Formats: sequence, structure tokens, C-alpha cells
Amino acid sequence: MTETAALPYVGRPLRRREDFKLITGKGRYVDDIKAPGMLHVAILRSPHAHALIKPIDLATAKAASGVRLALSGADLAGKIGPIVPNWIMPGTKVPDRPVVAIDRVRFVGECVALVVATTRALAFDAVGLIDVEYEPLQAVVDEAEAIEEGAPQLHENVANNITTVYKVGGGDYRRAAREADHVISLRVANNRLIPTCMETRSILAEPNADGTLTVYLPSQVPHMHRRWIADTVGIPEHQLRIIAPDIGGGFGAKMHLYPEELLCPFLARTLGVPIKWWESRSESHQSTHHGRAHTEDIEIAFRNDGKILGMRVATLGNVGAYLSNMASGGPTVNTINFGTGTYKIENYEAISKVVVTNTVPVDAYRGYGRPEGGYIAERAIDAVARHLKLDQVEVRRKNFIQKADFPYKPYNGAAVVYDSGDYEGCLNAAMKAFDYTARTSERDELRRSNCYRGIGVAAYTHMCGMAPSRRLARIGFNRGGWESSRVSVDSSGRATIYSGSMSQGHGHSTSLAQIAADVLQMPIESIDVVQGDTRQVQAGHGTFNSRSMAVGGSSVHVCAKRIVAKAKCIAAGMLEVDEKDVAYQDGHFRVPGTDIQPLSFAKVARMAYLGHTLPEGTAPGLDETMFYDPPGMSSPSGVHMAYVEVDPETGIVDILDYVAVDDAGTLINPLLAAGQIHGGVVQGIGQAIWEEVSYDRDNGQLISSSLLDYAVPRAECVPNIRSSFQMTPSPTNPIGVKGIGENGSIAAPPTIVHAVLDALSPFGITHLDMPMTPPRIWSAIQNARTGARQ
Amino acid sequence: MPDADEYLHTVTVTVNNVQYTVTVEPRTLLVHLLRDDLDLTGTHIGCDTSQCGACTVDIDGKAVKSCTVLAVMADGSSITTIEGLNSDGALHPIQAAFHEYHALQCGFCTPGMIMRIRELLRENPNPNEREIRHGLSGNICRCTGYHNIIRAVESLAAGARKS
Repeated sequence: MTETAALPYVGRPLRRREDFKLITGKGRYVDDIKAPGMLHVAILRSPHAHALIKPIDLATAKAASGVRLALSGADLAGKIGPIVPNWIMPGTKVPDRPVVAIDRVRFVGECVALVVATTRALAFDAVGLIDVEYEPLQAVVDEAEAIEEGAPQLHENVANNITTVYKVGGGDYRRAAREADHVISLRVANNRLIPTCMETRSILAEPNADGTLTVYLPSQVPHMHRRWIADTVGIPEHQLRIIAPDIGGGFGAKMHLYPEELLCPFLARTLGVPIKWWESRSESHQSTHHGRAHTEDIEIAFRNDGKILGMRVATLGNVGAYLSNMASGGPTVNTINFGTGTYKIENYEAISKVVVTNTVPVDAYRGYGRPEGGYIAERAIDAVARHLKLDQVEVRRKNFIQKADFPYKPYNGAAVVYDSGDYEGCLNAAMKAFDYTARTSERDELRRSNCYRGIGVAAYTHMCGMAPSRRLARIGFNRGGWESSRVSVDSSGRATIYSGSMSQGHGHSTSLAQIAADVLQMPIESIDVVQGDTRQVQAGHGTFNSRSMAVGGSSVHVCAKRIVAKAKCIAAGMLEVDEKDVAYQDGHFRVPGTDIQPLSFAKVARMAYLGHTLPEGTAPGLDETMFYDPPGMSSPSGVHMAYVEVDPETGIVDILDYVAVDDAGTLINPLLAAGQIHGGVVQGIGQAIWEEVSYDRDNGQLISSSLLDYAVPRAECVPNIRSSFQMTPSPTNPIGVKGIGENGSIAAPPTIVHAVLDALSPFGITHLDMPMTPPRIWSAIQNARTGARQ
Repeated sequence: MPDADEYLHTVTVTVNNVQYTVTVEPRTLLVHLLRDDLDLTGTHIGCDTSQCGACTVDIDGKAVKSCTVLAVMADGSSITTIEGLNSDGALHPIQAAFHEYHALQCGFCTPGMIMRIRELLRENPNPNEREIRHGLSGNICRCTGYHNIIRAVESLAAGARKS
């Protein structure tokens, strides 16, 4: 090789290698893939939120043009399923979930029957011909109503609609409340959201001549999907190949186990032909799992100076009609363990109940639990500042966990450890970038002329990369915490990385190659990254919980080091020196202090494959596989600030400025890291101001059933995001990185809510729930004005 | 039920300078003709209510959401899709700017975005930020928060190119 490596690659804003196919229309998403002779599936979905199903008449559909097969849940009973969650918290009552409803439906959108036909259009035509008679039952969609006495019961084995009760805490809240100068309480809602990946879900299952089955699936977790589909459909895992090609966004929604992911492989095996399913957007709103949907009761005990002594929390996590993959863990461990946020609150008592309702199942969405838990901490501290009329920044400063406290165990519990951080540093940097003092004066000045501006602040932390594996058993998490990578060097000295992480737009082909290039001291052009094919990639857990760089990246780093170690051993043999005298510098094996001619990595790689002069006991080849199980989890953190103006006549919020200071440890690629912050923040702004899944409370109909009725942020609704970083390296992994992907969606909702509440403070408004839509704000102002006049 | 073939229509379209004659059902949307019949899968489908703009193509000089056009309505028209922008091998300046400014993550909305921006810059060669944001309000991106898309378009504005 003659190319020289421009080391180090880590830390540089390299442009992405994966862009070219995507900007030229050559990306390959699942629905772009066709297989010869493929048939299409269309699914009949329940129009009722809760109903008994009478026997289904499929005769007309079966006779329709192009139809090859029509099946109801009764036809499939005992053949595939049931769908079993992948995280079952101790004590959880797991409801039965058939792949296709058999005698009862429990949410609008549940699969009731299916048709296989020669075209998608003909399949849908035939679905319209299926005759189903329903006997509607009373439905419940609200989590608080679902646990009331007399509420409709969804599952026989789930008393009072509560699947799981989880408690956590430390210290003595009651004593803290007695000693406090003030105790206040508030109830906040964490609104139900639709993740809204721009690519909806799609599946192509293709039987191969050798009896194996290939399933093209936009999966964040291809190896997990292989296991789940194998277990649930009854296919030997080694005969199932999952290929995840380009993925049009995931955000958590593409890591669950859905009925269609089981039906397509089953139908492909049954009919012996390729089977395709594609989800329309409106179908997606009623079948792809939703996010958030919590009610949170918070009680805070604090002193006159703003120091919080204790906090009591009770949450209800609405998980929809069945327990999706992680649904018993998200509202519990992932949420209330983090209710104290970045603050030193030593007396903490929290309880979470997981509640089933007649709605689409709810599971992980960008941050899963941390946006909900962080919102508890931030709404609490903001309420304290408001109650005492103290500066929102100073109250945070007074309560922050200090730099010297790390590693920090909140409320002296056993479950959570924040590895490192510098919250004050982030706060100071954010205040400077935001020009906090000048902005505060400007806001106050403008209020005199009835211009309602507000400043919002929020701090957050997170724990990323669930690990180590042996700890996950205790919480019933049926996965490991490791990530696998293989670095395979060819006989010319170029490398291919096979990673179990799974990019869905994150840019792993660039960032993982940057990590490897530094260790291998090799030009990045000499490194390829392979993901998303269980036949090529040895093993993996995939991408979720902001784990890819900290766990997947560390795995690549350690694996590449093994390559260098072996190459050094081979080089020593070639140079006829002791291995400990060999140094690897600038892509060459050298013997410092001698005039021995250095050996290039490529020459050593060739020898590894020739095997001619290998040291005794060294096997040929230069190819290492790593299962990296981290010792702990990384804790990114940050402080965000927003400046907004509210028009009291319309209720419209204009975001004038947004500053994000995030600490994600060592940054592999600051350009990509900032991109993650931008996107996460705007999704969080969406939650704060516009996005909400709306159900008819009386009959459980899904009202926000298309993108006409569910408002994701548009370019003209959002500001520029002024992102900068602080880098406190994580001590939990060899490259010092922390999670980045979910940080924006954790920080932005409270930041925006606080800014809007600050702008509305002249009206005496102290609380509003998300989304703070124009009608909601306008009504609050009208009510406040009316109240003031009375 | 009558045989579906009785209803089939013949449509002739020029796409990326190549003429195609295709037989379609009356209900076929232009986006389906492009993707299913011509295998031009760079044009994507992100919704079913014409909200997202992922299917935007150029029809006779106008950026149009191809899910709003029946294939039979496009008969005789000249269409450019994302695949037609770099037909000479070199990246179109908008494509190059998307790469330089990291204006895409998952890339699913990108072809539609680029086709819309092409028209936006034709109509207004020197847009300011507000005009760019307004001009892109018919295209949804869920990954980038639009921040870097705006930077990419700003870099192409006439004022930026001169300086």
C-alpha cells in the first residue's frame, strides 16, 4: 500500500462515506427490493378498540382476482406465535398476544386477517371484501382511567390492567418532607408520540433453494430479529438470514417484534414464494409502536434556599394493548431510576405502574425512559425555582451533582451509576453561548411593552449501552450487553470490519472506520464496514440506547488492537527480533534504536496469509473476532437553553434561539455528533409543541391517524440549533465515548416547556402539559385573563 | 367481476431523457409507475396524504409530489427524477452540498428534498434562511432537524457562491 494515513481520524469531522448512494437515488431500502414471483400481503386491521370477533368469512376475498391465500387468526392459531416480550421485569404479568387476533381485538389497528395476492393493490382490494362481525366492548385508552375500579379489563391474567409494579429509591423521603420548608406537588403528562421514521416498515421474505430463508427487514437489531423470528415462527436460527439494507430512520420503532415480521416468513415458507409487505403511513400510525405516554405525579420537598431535600414520584406508563418487547422495562427501570436527573436528591421514593389500555402498543422511542425520567427531574427543579422566585440557573447550580462526586450513585441506590460529567461546566458554557444575562434583561425589558418572551433551561443525563451482560439478568432483560466485531485483514493489508451495530442513518461506515483507522494506522479508504447481514456479520445486538459508539465502537477498537498485536508478533518473526522490541508506528513495524528496515503493515499481512515465517505457535491469517462486554454504562449529559416568544393573540410559540451544550465524552466525528443533536432536539421540540397521538376517549378511535393529523416539525417551524460540546471522557470504555443519539430528545422537551412557561409567567400560568399547541396556550391565556378579571 | 385488463391504459413518459411506454391501471400513481414499472426506486414514498414530499420529482419543469399525480395524467410529460441529476457522472451541486454539509442522515427524504430545492433555487436563486425554510415546508425530514439542510441550501444561494 502506498496511501498514507492522516492520523488521527478520531475527532475529525469527516464527511460520510455512505452519502453517495443516498444522494444519487441509489440507496436500497427494503421496499426497493423485488424478488421474482413475489406475492404481496395486505392486512385487515381492527376498526374497533375493543371487541369480540365472530367467525370471519373469507370466501369472497379468496375468490377475488389475484388472491392466492386468505387467513384469519383462527387459521394461524397454534402455527405461529405467541409474541413474547424480550424484557420481562420480575413480577410482570405477561398478556397473551397472538400474531393475528383470534376471538377478540384490543386496539384499533390490530391484525384481524390477511390476504396474499399477486399485487399490493389486489391484496388490498380483497381485504376490503372480508366480512367480519364484531361485538364491540367498552374501551379504555387513558392510563389513569384504566386502573380505576370498574374499568374495562383487557386481559384475564392482568388484574386491574397493571402488568408490572416497580419501586426504587433511597434515603428517607418522609423525613425530608418533615424537615423541608416547602412541599409542593405537580402532575405532568408525557404525551404519546409516533416515532415517524420517514421509511415505514417493510418486509420481504424470500425462500432459498437450499431450504433457508432470507428476510429483508429494516431492523435496528438484525441478530435479535433473527432470534425472535426463529423462536416464534419455528425456523432453525442458522437457516434464517436477516438482511437490513439501507434503513430510513429507526428511533426505536424498528427494534420491536411485530406481527408482520412473523407473518411474512411464515407465508414465504408456507407458499414457497417470496412475500412482500409494505406499511402505508396511515397503517403505520395504527401498527408501528408508539412512544412515551406517561402520567407522572411528583412531590418535591425543598428548603427556602432552593436545595431539594427529597422527592416522591408515582408514574403510570401506558403500554397499549399488549406488552411490546421492552414495555415492562421502559416505564419502570428506564424512567423512575432516573427521576432525580442531574440533581443530588438523596431522599427519593418512586413507584411505577405499567398499564395496559386499548391503544397501539407503546415501546422504545429515542431515549426510552430518560425523556420521561428527565422530564420529572426538570419539571421538579423548575417548579422549585418558580415557587421560590429564584433564578432557574442558580437553583440548578445549587442542586447539581458535582464534578468531584463521580462516579455517582443517585440516592445511594444500587441500580444507577453516573460514570462522569461536569454539569456546571456545561451550564457555564451554555450561559455564555446563550448570553444569559443580556437575554434576561432583554426579556424583562420587552415584557413592559407586552412582548412575551421566555427563557428555558434544562439539564439532563442518561445511561447508555445497557451492560454488563451479567447484570441484565436481574431485570429480566433477555439480551446481552456486549457488541461483536470482526476485523478481517486481507492479504494486501486492507481491512473489513464486520460490526453487530446497525446504522439507520447514523453514519457507522464512517465513524467505525475512523476508530479502526487510528488503531490500524491505516488510511480510512483501506477500511470497509459491513453491517446488517446476519450471514456476513458473526453476531450482534444492534443499535439502540445510544450504544453504538460506546459499545460497538469500543468493540472495534479492542478488536483492531488484537490485529495489531498479532501483526506485531508476525513482524518480530520476519525481522528476527524479540516481539517486545518491535514498535508499530506510522503503519510500520520498527525496531527503535536499530537500523533494521521497517516493515509495512501490508507486508506483514501478506506474510500472515503465506504463513512461511510465522513464529512457533502462531496460526496463519490476520482476522480477529471480538465480543466486547463493557464493565459499565456511559453517562452523557448536557445543558440546553431556549429563547421563545409567545403571541398571546394566537398562542403560537416562536423559538428565537436554541443552544445545546452536550458532553458525550470523546467525539469520534463532531460533524455526525452535531447532526444527532440537531435531529434529537427537533424531535424533542416536536414533542413539546405539536406532536400528540390523539384517541377518542369514549370509543378508542385513533384520531391522529395520518400525517395530516399528527404534526411532525417542518423546516419553517424550528430554529437553528446552536450545538457545541464539552468532552469528559467516559471511564467505562477504552475510547472514552458516551452516547449521543438520544440526548437531544431528552433535553429539548423540558427546555422548551420551561421557556414557554417563562414567557407565560406574566399571566400567572405555572403549568401546561405538552404539547403546548397554539390552542392550548391561547386557552390558558384566556382562562388566566378571565380569572384575573373575576 | 370484470377482467382488470379491460381498464388498462397506455402511458408514454420521458424520464431522465429516456422514453418509456407502460401499460397501467387507471388508479396507478405516477410514483408507483416510476418505482414499480421503471425501477427508479430513488423516488420514495413516505406517506399517503401528500404531506412528506419524499416522492417529489420534476414534471415539465415543476417540482411535483408524484403521489398526487395519476400515471395516466403524466402521459406525454417529461420527468426528471433523482437518478437523472447526475447522469453525466458528476454530482449535481445540490447533491454535493448535501454531502459537504452533512444534510442527510438516513437519506430517505433526501431525493425529494433535492428535487424540491432544485426548483426553489430556480425560482429564487438567492433565498435567505426564512425563504429556504418556507420553501421546504412541504418536505419532512425526521433525522437532521433541517439544520444542515438549510446550511447546504444557503451555500448554494447566489450571494454565498459569489463571496
